[in-house]
Amino acid sequence: MHLHEYQAKQLFSDYGIPVPKGRLLASVDEVAGLAEELPGSAWVVKAQVHAGGRGKGGGIKLVEDVQSLQDAVRGLLGTQLVTPQTDDEGLPVNSVLVEQTVPIAREIYFGMLVDRSRQRVGLMASKSGGMNIEEVAATDPDAIVTESINPAVGLQGYQCRNLAFALDLTGKQIGSFTKLLQAAYKLLLDCDAGLLEINPLVVTEAGELMALDAKVDLDDNALFRHPQLSALHDASQEDEREHAAAQHDLNYIRLHGNIACMVNGAGLAMATMDLIKLHGGTPANFLDVGGGATAEKVAEAFKLILSDPQVEAILVNIFGGIVRCDLIAEGILQAINEVSVDVPIVVRLEGTNAAAGLEMIAQSSLAVETASDLTEAADKVVAAAQERQT
Amino acid sequence: MSVLIDAQTGVICQGFTGAQGTFHSRQALEYGTRLLGGVTPGKGGQLHLELPVFNTVQEAVDATAAVATMIYVPAAFAADAILEAAAAGIKLIVCITEGIPVLDMLRVKAVLRETDARLIGPNCPGVITPGACKIGIMPGPMHTPGTIGIVSRSGTLTYEAVFQTSRCGFGQSTCIGIGGDPIHGMDFIDCLKLFEADADTHGIVMIGEIGGNDEELAADYIRQHVSKPVVAYIAGVTAPPGKRMGHAGAIISGSQGTAEAKISALEAAGVKVVRSPAEIGTGMQAAMSG
Repeated sequence: MHLHEYQAKQLFSDYGIPVPKGRLLASVDEVAGLAEELPGSAWVVKAQVHAGGRGKGGGIKLVEDVQSLQDAVRGLLGTQLVTPQTDDEGLPVNSVLVEQTVPIAREIYFGMLVDRSRQRVGLMASKSGGMNIEEVAATDPDAIVTESINPAVGLQGYQCRNLAFALDLTGKQIGSFTKLLQAAYKLLLDCDAGLLEINPLVVTEAGELMALDAKVDLDDNALFRHPQLSALHDASQEDEREHAAAQHDLNYIRLHGNIACMVNGAGLAMATMDLIKLHGGTPANFLDVGGGATAEKVAEAFKLILSDPQVEAILVNIFGGIVRCDLIAEGILQAINEVSVDVPIVVRLEGTNAAAGLEMIAQSSLAVETASDLTEAADKVVAAAQERQT
Repeated sequence: MSVLIDAQTGVICQGFTGAQGTFHSRQALEYGTRLLGGVTPGKGGQLHLELPVFNTVQEAVDATAAVATMIYVPAAFAADAILEAAAAGIKLIVCITEGIPVLDMLRVKAVLRETDARLIGPNCPGVITPGACKIGIMPGPMHTPGTIGIVSRSGTLTYEAVFQTSRCGFGQSTCIGIGGDPIHGMDFIDCLKLFEADADTHGIVMIGEIGGNDEELAADYIRQHVSKPVVAYIAGVTAPPGKRMGHAGAIISGSQGTAEAKISALEAAGVKVVRSPAEIGTGMQAAMSG
C-alpha cells in the first residue's frame, strides 16, 4: 500500500525525522490565514497523488506571494495530474500539501528497502539527491553507497557513519544523520514498511538535515496488524476496477488490450497474457480468480471484465486441480447466464475431470467455444477478437 | 530415486485440525504420504483423521520421529510455526501459507541460516515425489513417477508443466514449488543442485516469473554446474512495471526483474527457454533428444 507524501511525513514527524513545516489543504478556502501560519517569503505547493515524477507533471509549484499561492492551490485541486509515472488519465488531486521553503545547501538521496537478493533490509544513499536513483544506478553506480542490516542486531552506528562519511557529511551532521537513520529503521520495522525513501534529504544552509520529500510503501501482507495505517488507504488513487476486484478477493490489473482473460493462479494468469500476445492479440487485463473458482466469483469476474469497454473477447483458462473442472464448468455456465455476456468467450479447461467440464460447456445452449489446449485456446480467442473488429 | 522426499519420509502437519490442514492432510494420506500426526496447540492428546494430535512440534517429533512438516497455519502465525519446526529439529519445512509479512520472513531466514533445516515456500504448492509422498496442495493424481525434476515459482504453472511432462511420457522425479514471495526458502539453485545430483532425474524444468533476480543467478549456476538438459519458461513478458502481478514477489521495479532479462540470461547459459507455456513438454522432448 502506498502512502501519500503528507501521510509519510506525519510518520516521519512522529519518529523524529525533521520535515518542513506545512499544512494539508483539501479546498481553496483553507488558504486563508496560511501565510500567517507558515510565515516566509516563499512556499511550495505539492499535489498529493500516488505517483512519482510530480515535478515533471506540473504537480509541484514554488510560489512567492499569497496570490500565487492561492492560484497554485486552485490550479491543482480537483484536477487529474498526469506524470511520467501515471497513465494518460492521470490521478485525481484531492489534496495539496503547502510547505515553508528552506534554504538548501545540498541534496542527498536516501532509501531503505527490503533487499530480496540479500534477504535483508538494505540502505542506499547517494550524493545525487533529487535525481531518479534508477538513473544514477545506471549511469554512475559508484555514486550509490549501500549497507545491509542484520536483523539480529539491527542498524549499527558504524553503518550510519560509513554512509555519512561517504556522503561528505561533517561535524554534528554525522550524529544527526545517524539519529535520522535509526529513526527511519524503527519506523520501517514498526510499520512493516517495505520501502522508505527520502529524495531529496537536504542539508539546509544552517547545516541541518531535513526530509523534503517522503515516500513510504507498506507491506500489504502486514496490514492486518496495523489497523491505523490501513485506515490511511486512499482508494481514489486506484483504478476503480482494481479496487472493486479487491472487494471480491479477485486479483485484477487493467492493461490496454482488447482480449480479457480469467485465470486461476497468478503465474498462469501472467502466462495467459503472454500467450495472447504471442498469438498476435493484446491482453486487456491480468485476472487471477484464485484456487476456488466458484460460480459467484466467476460471475463477479465476468462483470469486472465486461465493465471495460475495450474488451472484445474473453479467454477463460482454468487448470483444475483440487477443484474439479466439472464444478468449474458449472460455475462458468451459471455466471454467463447471470451476467449477460455479449462478447465471444473461449474456455480452456485442463486437469481433474477436464473432459466432463468441456462436455458440459459444449452441450450448453450458450455460444461458448471450448479448447483443449493452450495453443488452440489462444488461436481461437485472438481470431474471435479480430473477427469483431472487421 | 527422487530428491528431498520419498515413500519413507515421516511427515507431520502444523495447523492439523484447521480446515485447510484437515483437507490437505486427508488428501496426503490418500496419496500415500507417511503422515504421522499433527500439531494444534491446545488439542494435544486428541485423535484427528485417526492420527495423534500434539501441542508442540517438539512433542510430535519426539513421539513420531518425523523429519518433515507441512504448515497450514494462518499468515499471522506462520513465521512462529516455521521457527518452532526448525527448533524441534525438523529437516524439511514446507510452508503453504500465503500472505506472510515480508519482515517476518527476513527474521525467519536469519534464524534458519543457523540450522540445517530446509524451507520450501511460503506461498507455494509444496513438494511431491510422484507415487511416493505428497506434501502440499497440488492435485496428486495427475503426477506420474518419472525422470523430470520440476522447480517453479508458480503453482498452477507447475501443474501445467506436470501435465505436459506426463503427457509426453517423461513423468516427474520430484516437483518443488518454491513459492511466489520475495523472501522465500529454497531457491532455484538449491533445487538445481539436488536435481543435478539425483541419478533418476534426467531433465529439469524451471518455471520463473518477473521480479527479483533468482532466474539470473540460476542461469549463472546452470552454466557452471548443470550438465542435464534444462527447459525454462518465464511468465510475465507482458506485465507492466510497478504492478504486482498477484504474487508479492512478481513485480518489475524499474529496470529490475523483467522477463526479457531473465530469458536472455537463461538462453546465454544454454537453457532451452520456451516462449509459450504450451511448449514446456515439447521443449523437453527437443532438449532430451538434442
